[in-house]
Amino acid sequence: MASRVITLIKGTAVKTDRTVGCGECQTSCQSACKTSCTVGNQKCLNS
Amino acid sequence: MVRISELCSLFSDGNKNIHKFKIKGLPILLDAAGGSVHLIDDAVWDILESIEKNRTSPAIALEELEKKYPPKVIDEVMEELVSLWEQGLLFADESFVEEFLNAEENGELTVKALCLHIAHDCNMTCGYCFASQGSFGLEREIMSEEVGERTVDFLLENSGSRKNLEIDFFGGEPLINFKVVEHITAYGKKKAEEYGKTINFTLTTNCLLLDEEVCEFVNENGMQVILSLDGRKATNDRVRLLKNGGGSYDTVVERIMKFVESRNHENYYVRGTFTRKNLDFSRDVFHLFDLGLKHVSVEPVVAPPEEYGFYGEDIPLLEEEYENLAEGLVKRMLAGQDIDFYHFNIDLDDGQCLPRKIRGCGAGFEYFAVTPTGDIYPCHQFVGEKNFLMGNVFEGIKERYMMELFRSAHIFSKSRCRECWARFLCSGGCHASAYQFNGNLFEPFETACILQKKRIECGIYFQLYKKFGHKISEIMNSRDSLGEKD
Repeated sequence: MASRVITLIKGTAVKTDRTVGCGECQTSCQSACKTSCTVGNQKCLNS
Repeated sequence: MVRISELCSLFSDGNKNIHKFKIKGLPILLDAAGGSVHLIDDAVWDILESIEKNRTSPAIALEELEKKYPPKVIDEVMEELVSLWEQGLLFADESFVEEFLNAEENGELTVKALCLHIAHDCNMTCGYCFASQGSFGLEREIMSEEVGERTVDFLLENSGSRKNLEIDFFGGEPLINFKVVEHITAYGKKKAEEYGKTINFTLTTNCLLLDEEVCEFVNENGMQVILSLDGRKATNDRVRLLKNGGGSYDTVVERIMKFVESRNHENYYVRGTFTRKNLDFSRDVFHLFDLGLKHVSVEPVVAPPEEYGFYGEDIPLLEEEYENLAEGLVKRMLAGQDIDFYHFNIDLDDGQCLPRKIRGCGAGFEYFAVTPTGDIYPCHQFVGEKNFLMGNVFEGIKERYMMELFRSAHIFSKSRCRECWARFLCSGGCHASAYQFNGNLFEPFETACILQKKRIECGIYFQLYKKFGHKISEIMNSRDSLGEKD
């Protein structure tokens, strides 16, 4: 039988091994966005 | 067999831990803390809906469901959901975050990025300008080389262990003071090398002065460039006006196209603003991609509704428009076009570390704006707000408590954010908007929250198609046939 829930992304968003940040990523609305930045579009430099 | 009361107990914190939504008919289930993303069928949707609504009354939930689904289907769904919970793919644990926060509050405070107001003046007169046509309500002036050099020194001296630093040349229009931009860039590169660090430079420009000399300079220096253009000619020329009152579209488009070709369409964003005068803003975004551009960022204006901002009645239209935009961009992407829309960029696979996820914006504690005279504010949107003057580049940051204050404004100190499913993707919203509309850094601006959540939903929708392509449609088609059998 087909699954009723299909997991496309197995999240790692909040994991205990990622509680220390290196601080090297872009911060705030520094570039393409000046008023409505979201962390979603600040790429991690270590991932 | 899973009992419905077990499922109801997972909703004891309300429905902040999972979020189900549909974009153009695609039913998506997001785990808020873990970031897992699932496609669900109608039965899962309905059962979650009923449980959310009746979480304190499992018997009522079950009674409601049994009217619509046979017991076998209900059991299947509940088994799957509980199994996902047990695997950490739904209702993921975030209890350790509080402990992390307590430890982090004593961490090092460093300066990492600066927005340099190279010129508090502009060669355009845009109607919606939050910077009062470049002056930010202050004197019209330009930054000197001396202030520029001191600003670079201030950044490097206060950057602690950070290696990658940022400077954004901003205004007003920075290119009316281009010689100082050149000087600061050269000085910054030399000094950064002495410190063993890198300064990444960005230039934000209205493009009027983006001539060959400037193109050569920014390309040689690997500078990211943000090019302002709002979309269709009529949209752009309604607001983005030259000093003589004429529209800027024709000149700006010509310069932008020449420029992006000169750098092989890399390392730039064309950035636009939409207002209540173009509620159909998806057409403006499509127009920018139709011009052949590949990297586009278009976002809502920050202004009161009686000017260019939005009334409550506009919000449902804007939400619908974001969905239209997502659908249209997916179609273009699946047809082979390069599509990079900044506000739909969400890293679903890996994401950011916890310190970044709890506060997306570094304003006021690691990112600052510096005026032409060297005064320091939490960000460009606070410039001119006397209560937020934090110091200057010659004497440093005097108001250290303000750095602590901004750092403490994260998703767990804002009551609305704590309860929001989007908390780990939005990360708390814009401090300046919170202050401007609510007078309080800890109370996000509601309209911005609504639009942010819609952008995140659309971003997830877009990213799923980007990663899985036509497979998404195939899954949905097979779902339809499964539904018929039930």
